[in-house]
Amino acid sequence: MATKLIDQSLFQHWVRALIAATRVYAVQEKQNGFAFDALARAGDLRLDYDVTILPPKKYFLPQQEVLLTFDRETMSFKSVFDPEPFVLLGVHPYDMVAISQLDKVFAKDNLDQHYRVRREAATIVVCDVQKVSPNAFSGCMGQATMEGKEGHDMLLTQLDDGRYLLEAVTGKGMALFESLADASPADEKSLQAREEIWAHNRERLQQHKLKPAPSELPGLLDKSYDHPVWEERAALCYSCGSCNLVCPTCYCFDVRDELNWDMRTGQRLREWDGCMLREFAAVAGGHNFRAEEAARYRHRYYRKGKYSWDAYGEIACVGCGRCISACTANIANPVEVFNRLLEDDE
Amino acid sequence: MKGAELLDVYLPRPARLLEKRRLTPHETWFHFEMDEAVALGYWPGQFLEISIPGIGECPISISSAPSNESDSRFELVVRAVGDLTRALHALEPGQRIGVRGPFGSRFPVEDALRGHDLLFICGGIGLVPVRSAINYVLERRGDYGELNILLGTRTAADRLFTDELYAWKKRDDLQLRETVDVADPSWGADVGVITRLIPRLKLQVENTRAIICGPPIMYRFVLNELKKLGMLPEHIYLSLERRMKCGVGKCGHCQINGIYVCQEGPVFSYADIAAVREAI
Repeated sequence: MATKLIDQSLFQHWVRALIAATRVYAVQEKQNGFAFDALARAGDLRLDYDVTILPPKKYFLPQQEVLLTFDRETMSFKSVFDPEPFVLLGVHPYDMVAISQLDKVFAKDNLDQHYRVRREAATIVVCDVQKVSPNAFSGCMGQATMEGKEGHDMLLTQLDDGRYLLEAVTGKGMALFESLADASPADEKSLQAREEIWAHNRERLQQHKLKPAPSELPGLLDKSYDHPVWEERAALCYSCGSCNLVCPTCYCFDVRDELNWDMRTGQRLREWDGCMLREFAAVAGGHNFRAEEAARYRHRYYRKGKYSWDAYGEIACVGCGRCISACTANIANPVEVFNRLLEDDE
Repeated sequence: MKGAELLDVYLPRPARLLEKRRLTPHETWFHFEMDEAVALGYWPGQFLEISIPGIGECPISISSAPSNESDSRFELVVRAVGDLTRALHALEPGQRIGVRGPFGSRFPVEDALRGHDLLFICGGIGLVPVRSAINYVLERRGDYGELNILLGTRTAADRLFTDELYAWKKRDDLQLRETVDVADPSWGADVGVITRLIPRLKLQVENTRAIICGPPIMYRFVLNELKKLGMLPEHIYLSLERRMKCGVGKCGHCQINGIYVCQEGPVFSYADIAAVREAI
């Protein structure tokens, strides 16, 4: 473990050095919220954000990406990869957990090189949560801090006295210390202060209180396939897919072709898709294997709480609360659904 | 790390159309060969992702039986229902497509089915993938027991592979029974749902393995009849249709509950999916 303890001006110097050295994507203010975007000036960085509108998965699985280019005349296809290095700065712990889950999904069975190339090009700096979003419940999911977790390259914590504690946990993270050669390592007192921040975050990132333990969710769902909650809530669902799009662990996609003006060359695009959308499971000829709103609604919760557990041993809800905020019909709160299942099970 | 050298699971390989033949007003048979005679190495029951660049890509069952491990030729039967399948119908010999795969599980022709009596039950274009298994078995006829094929189509005009059906009918080492939903006066065989044919079969049930493929509605009725015969779920194999968009277990469209059909299917033992709620 290598650490640095730096004050505000040295922190600004560090961020400027990162921007000068590489592509940096970081959290910035956007309209009434916060978003990850290319960082042009150190002063635009907002580590005091509560939650971003979209999760940082967009840097590994972009909303739209070119998988390959083609030429219809020669029937040739050429893979397109994006190996340019970048630093992803200010990822919250729960979002880092989600990225680590996507790492498993895209490596399992058939390695997805498009994802892998982007992921390996990234250096991820996780930032401990400073401000709590109104719908955060990552504390209930055990995902409020990075304790006992990996996947990130550096952990950054702003202490109560305003100083920053930087901890590099990989070689890539160490490389980010280049401009901080003279800075001193963290002392016992600041490490203790960080522990207190973690303890505080575990408690306060529980704006909704989940009654079952996360590890109880697969068993609870297993018993609840015919529970009325799916029909009741789905009756209000607009099938808009907003909950899918803002979810840091959703990864379903569609693929479509785009032809250039020459009508000969073009590109095959991968785009985000969502299992809540009406046509998601429809096949050519018209049959829809999940035509009912309730079937789609239930499928989403099973994917979060059971199927991912069966396949990877992980709960694919990290408690970011984005789906709660994004849902127009106000039916997407996982805590309400899971608590209801537990109450009716007792 | 050089991008071009990476093995990309989404990258199609070119294949050339050798010949095509219209089977019905809606379905056409295609015979393709991979460029440079690249071996596909497919098995009965598997599917390919077929590309026409600029239009898109979709999963299509392989209808031919592999003649050997290095087979680079394959046959498809395609119903024109969408943009891509309509574009396929317009393809002329010599023109090329993109191919990914083969993907998915196979009919267990070399293990669980060997040495057993076989009962093939096909509804409509369900015959397309099952034909691969039937022809595989017929090429190794001595390795299998009694052979029964049940075939249901909407009308006589919708029957696929009429030449092959005629040849099968003339063989004395298999029994082909057909039914249509709607018959015209020239139809000389059964009329009605395919399940009506099942009670008439003289089967040694414990030695029989059933292979089923048809429209989604067909499965529960056929399974019910097989249950009445006392057939065990582990002796029944089904090929299930879903939207297998990526073929590599990522995109999510083909999921039946937690199962990626493109990975664990499309061929399933009924014993493995009897309790999977979205399956049948």
